Amino acid sequence: MMGILSANILIPFLAVFVLVALPSGRPNLVRAIAIGTGGLSFVLSAIAFFSYDYNEGGYQLRESYEWLPNIGIGVTLGIDGISAVLILLNGFIFLAGIVMSWAVTPRNKDFFILLFLLAAGVYGTFAVLDLFFLFFFYELAVVPMFLLIGVWGSSSDFGNFSRTKEYGAMKLVLYLTAGSMLIWLAIIAIFVEAGLGTFNMELLASTELSRTFQIVFFPFVAIGFGVLAGLWPFHTWSPDGHVAAPTAVSMLHAGVLMKLGAYGILKVGMFILPEGATVWAPVLIGLGTVNVLYGAIAAISQTDLKYVIAYSSVSHMGYVIMGLATLDPIGINGSVLQMISHGIMTALFFALVGGIYEQAHLRDIRVLEGLAKRMGVTAAFFGVAGLTSLGLPGLSGFVAEFMVFVGTFRTYPFLGALAIIGAAITAVYILRLMGKVFFGPLNDQWTHLADPPKYQQATAGILAVALLGIGIWPFPLIRLIDVGVSDLLQAMGGM
Amino acid sequence: MSVNELYIIAPEIIVAALALLILSVDLMKLPNGNKVLCGISSLGLLITGMVSLVLLPDDTHIYDGTFVADEYALFFKVVFLVMGAIVVVMSYKTVETTLERPGEYYALIVFSVLGMMVMAAARDILVAYVALELLSFSLYILVSYSKNEPVITEASTKYILLGAFSSAILLYGMSMLYGVTQTTAYLGIAARLDEGISLSDPVLLISLVLLLAGFGFKLAAVPFHMWVPDIYQAAPPPITGHLAVASKAAAFALVLRLFAEAFGGVFTYEWAVVVGALAAVTMTLGNLVAIMQQDVKRMLAYSSVGQVGYLLMPIAALGMDGAGDLLTSGLMFHLIGYGLTNFVVFACVSSLAEHDKHSIDDYTGLGRTTPFIGMALTAGLFSLAGLPFFAGFASKFYLFAVVAEVAGGIFIWLVALAILNSLISLYYYLVVIRQMYMVIPERADKVDIGKWNTVVVMILLIAVVGVGLYPAPIVSWAQFAAGSIAF
Repeated sequence: MMGILSANILIPFLAVFVLVALPSGRPNLVRAIAIGTGGLSFVLSAIAFFSYDYNEGGYQLRESYEWLPNIGIGVTLGIDGISAVLILLNGFIFLAGIVMSWAVTPRNKDFFILLFLLAAGVYGTFAVLDLFFLFFFYELAVVPMFLLIGVWGSSSDFGNFSRTKEYGAMKLVLYLTAGSMLIWLAIIAIFVEAGLGTFNMELLASTELSRTFQIVFFPFVAIGFGVLAGLWPFHTWSPDGHVAAPTAVSMLHAGVLMKLGAYGILKVGMFILPEGATVWAPVLIGLGTVNVLYGAIAAISQTDLKYVIAYSSVSHMGYVIMGLATLDPIGINGSVLQMISHGIMTALFFALVGGIYEQAHLRDIRVLEGLAKRMGVTAAFFGVAGLTSLGLPGLSGFVAEFMVFVGTFRTYPFLGALAIIGAAITAVYILRLMGKVFFGPLNDQWTHLADPPKYQQATAGILAVALLGIGIWPFPLIRLIDVGVSDLLQAMGGM
Repeated sequence: MSVNELYIIAPEIIVAALALLILSVDLMKLPNGNKVLCGISSLGLLITGMVSLVLLPDDTHIYDGTFVADEYALFFKVVFLVMGAIVVVMSYKTVETTLERPGEYYALIVFSVLGMMVMAAARDILVAYVALELLSFSLYILVSYSKNEPVITEASTKYILLGAFSSAILLYGMSMLYGVTQTTAYLGIAARLDEGISLSDPVLLISLVLLLAGFGFKLAAVPFHMWVPDIYQAAPPPITGHLAVASKAAAFALVLRLFAEAFGGVFTYEWAVVVGALAAVTMTLGNLVAIMQQDVKRMLAYSSVGQVGYLLMPIAALGMDGAGDLLTSGLMFHLIGYGLTNFVVFACVSSLAEHDKHSIDDYTGLGRTTPFIGMALTAGLFSLAGLPFFAGFASKFYLFAVVAEVAGGIFIWLVALAILNSLISLYYYLVVIRQMYMVIPERADKVDIGKWNTVVVMILLIAVVGVGLYPAPIVSWAQFAAGSIAF
């Protein structure tokens, strides 16, 4: 009897094998399979989300299969409140990404094969309760990026220097695998130190590891996963990688994959190494604050539309890291909600920027002007995403960032004040950008532009509605997240 | 010994007969000789594998215990027979285009497999040495079956000279060992060492060092690796695969049994440090030098040197505590995971070499011109780097985990270095993949590698994915087999 979680992981995997076996040169069949897979896996992720009982808490929808029993590796699946929400996010963004890649050429079969591997990796990472498989799925989510960016991506030319897609791909994969090497070492060290002969995360979390060990190895986990979360100063792959990536990949990567990093810090760092987390939290929250400010300031000075969004991602992931490092219930709640909010918002941003780039063939904000007159729908949705980004009340970003601020003020008021300055800087670059690119006078060279095809508009619309919905009524998400957070804090010693 | 006991060495007898059969069939000068001989050799090896599985009872020995048929030997026998069959099948195309008389070629592969089988089963240093020489002599000839005339002459001369040199060192070490212990049997040596000969005995120490150096050559560990890149570049690719996978596995099978059974008692912290340092230097140097290579086969040569470094880790950790069977299973599993992966890579390299594609530059645009090989090679390289969901990921993780677990975790820093090396190796594999997919070739002529190569690569690829997704049967068999070694 197969459970929902394993179905969620296996369906993209099966689609990979189906596509590999499919003869090439049937682009429409490939699209049908892709949409079918995306739809089915969205439905499954929604089922997983709704069947999580928040009154009961703990890990639910458990499944367990033996894999290598002699060293205690098993496929143990189960979700808590936090992963339930993140799985829904992945289902949502994955489907949106597939729709946005409807017209991918050339070789859409290979594109979807890699995209599905990535999606399977993300589902797996969120659903698994075994360190070996956590690492397995984590790597599975990271590696396809190399080809996805390098083959289907785009290069940026800045006149006196350029950032090619090959450069972006290589940089991204090397940074992320360097991070995962730290994770790999930490996992093996935890396995050895615990001496239980198992990789099961629940069993490991319930063991008291020595304080010294936790303090030594927490940085491995925090930096290893932090690289993917865009933690300063290990974030530099992120702008280059996201800009070089094709639209759907940017959406998935900034929207969901970066959350794997934060999720890893939470799940491995805080659950298994709670004392280490407590000791290092001040450093982590400090780095998170740098993220917020540095990302925002860097975003101001970018001339490429996609680089602006990419740096704003770095800035927003800073709130996620800060929230986690507060070790405060409200802060962590806000952090997880920020993962969702930022995930949808960035996906929307990248979808819209992709639509502009497809027609204008450039993304230089010094040249793009007055697009709202030709691309009204795009401008409207961009407005929604932009306002979410700067934290306008009524949109999801406000709720999430507000909670992060509250958590930070309760623990490190000074850093909280700095983070608010970060939000103010965000307002500067977002409003300036919108004023110029969308609402300035229409430049003659852009009169041929029009809104992207209807299906892309609809996707963007749904993403925008989700931002609004969460902003107005975040409770259905919060009540699940809160269950997960209180489980976490209880595991960390009832702080 | 009675004639009835001959069934214990039945697989070896069958393989020897198979080699002679191949030579005699070759004499008939059949019009489609290559096809027939390839079929006979590969099927013969596979059938022998099945026969060994059915026939062999547990833990019997023959010839006064110098040759043992235990689970450990059985495991490796089956592995070598299957690997031999893979090499034969991989060779089919190469043989057809380069050799007029294929008989000797196939017969030599079969002889080399015979040598490997005895290496895993030997419990006496002389038997082990003779088997090792049978393997080495077969390989000396096999590597020189190459079109690559001037290069191969130099490379194979180098290989033969260094091989003979290392055999001499090995023999010298063995004779000194005999001088100390007055016996050639593994268990006899262990018993004598138990009686109070320790590493402080200079003759024993020198003999151990000589043995280590001699095996270092055979295993291609740094600093005894100089022959590797030349041979990998010049030899026919299937034979390179044979060298990289099966012959290396055989050397490890021998070394593991010898060191575990004969020297188990004298293993100390110093031993772990010496072999651990050898492992560290081997993996680091191999992977760093691989970055600079332009020729794909030379790159793979250095990468295989790096892999030897990983495989030496369990040898270093051996004897540190009681988890010998877990360590051994780690080594055995990685030999298989890494071996299968290497076969995929060499099958791809081999089919590309038939189209005169050798350097990384020649691989430009392969993702377009021959999509299947592009995909298979990408999968193989990812597996070599240790990425999921391929065999290389599972076996490397397992190996690193069991090594780190030894003796309260002093090996964790060696494992840390190995993990860092994995990252380095990923870089130079990615360079090849980038060349195949992201660089647009000037001329995009389709490369047709033919049905045969496609099928071979596909079967190997399925095996790599299968082992990567569900390794439990192999691992538990390896651990069970490792249990039959007396640590």
